[in-house]
Amino acid sequence: MIARRAYADPYVAGTCLGVVLLAALVITGRGLGASGAFATAAAGLTHAIAPAAAEANPYFARYLGGDGPWRDWLLFEIGGVVIGGFGSAWLARRWRGEVERGPRARRAGRLAVGFAGGAIMGLGAVLARGCTSGIALTGGALLSVGAWLFMITAFAGAYLAAPLLRRMWR
Amino acid sequence: MTAPWIETDTSGGALAIAAGMGIAFGAALERAGLGSARKLVGQFYGTDLAVFKVMFSAIVVAMLGAFWLARFGVLDLSRVAVPETWLLPQAIGGVVFGAGMAMAGLCPGTSCVAAASGRGDGVVVLLGIFSGVVVTGLAFAPLRELYAATPRGPLTLPAWLGVSYGAVVFTVVAVALVGFRAAERIEGRS
Repeated sequence: MIARRAYADPYVAGTCLGVVLLAALVITGRGLGASGAFATAAAGLTHAIAPAAAEANPYFARYLGGDGPWRDWLLFEIGGVVIGGFGSAWLARRWRGEVERGPRARRAGRLAVGFAGGAIMGLGAVLARGCTSGIALTGGALLSVGAWLFMITAFAGAYLAAPLLRRMWR
Repeated sequence: MTAPWIETDTSGGALAIAAGMGIAFGAALERAGLGSARKLVGQFYGTDLAVFKVMFSAIVVAMLGAFWLARFGVLDLSRVAVPETWLLPQAIGGVVFGAGMAMAGLCPGTSCVAAASGRGDGVVVLLGIFSGVVVTGLAFAPLRELYAATPRGPLTLPAWLGVSYGAVVFTVVAVALVGFRAAERIEGRS
């Protein structure tokens, strides 16, 4: 078996990420994002199932204007993230089918808590109007007050919840 | 021509650039190891502070780049979209988001990278985020008041504090450097 290569130095990787973010700001005038693509896709799926309900919905309606939800900047960007993540993992021989968890944690438990955590993040991202990419990274670099507020409160929330979840990683 | 250079509309060219930006973003996250929940949660147990180091290196680089490019007249910062500030929903949303992130071990962007690098937990977290957004959207009525509370527009730290842009940039760099030093010490202890 060929060994998986180690991850890059965090400062080097962070600098690369910063250059990508800066390129996004310079080329497009907007930074990076992730949760916005989930919101657009959620609006698009709801619209496909129940068009009238989606158009009447105060949250989804905004994503349904223009050329519709599927020709969306962030949706294409997040498609790129999947391709870039796959390509990078493949080239570094890090692609592997697995469920990451602690050695004594159960697979089903990890997946259930992961799904619930994802859903809670979805709620938080709707309220905050973004996530770690679109708000914390992009807004952080542009010195947005809300971005720094979000960063501080998100880290606080994570540090408060983490001790209860230690079992998952032991 | 002064940057930003392109309109982020729905033309084929713009969407191709969006995909290209995403590829670079996804690759950078994967190289950093942030597509791994096990590595990511190390942040919250003090064993591996890669999240902090990667995020703050990236913020410092992009912030300094934007600041100096604006100074040299290459980038028109007034045409760059500063994420809007909504104090109450972002503070509450932040705590909720953070708690969910500790449970999931991933955030929306990194869950896509985790899924793309073969991790089943990444796929499940991704589906969880999607479900959370759908349910929140469908049950939006009771949240509407909170969602629309305390708008401050594209408010920046220098405008809010009444100090120069450069002073805030300098402070963020100083705080990051102190933070990096502290991060190395915390990792050294564990």
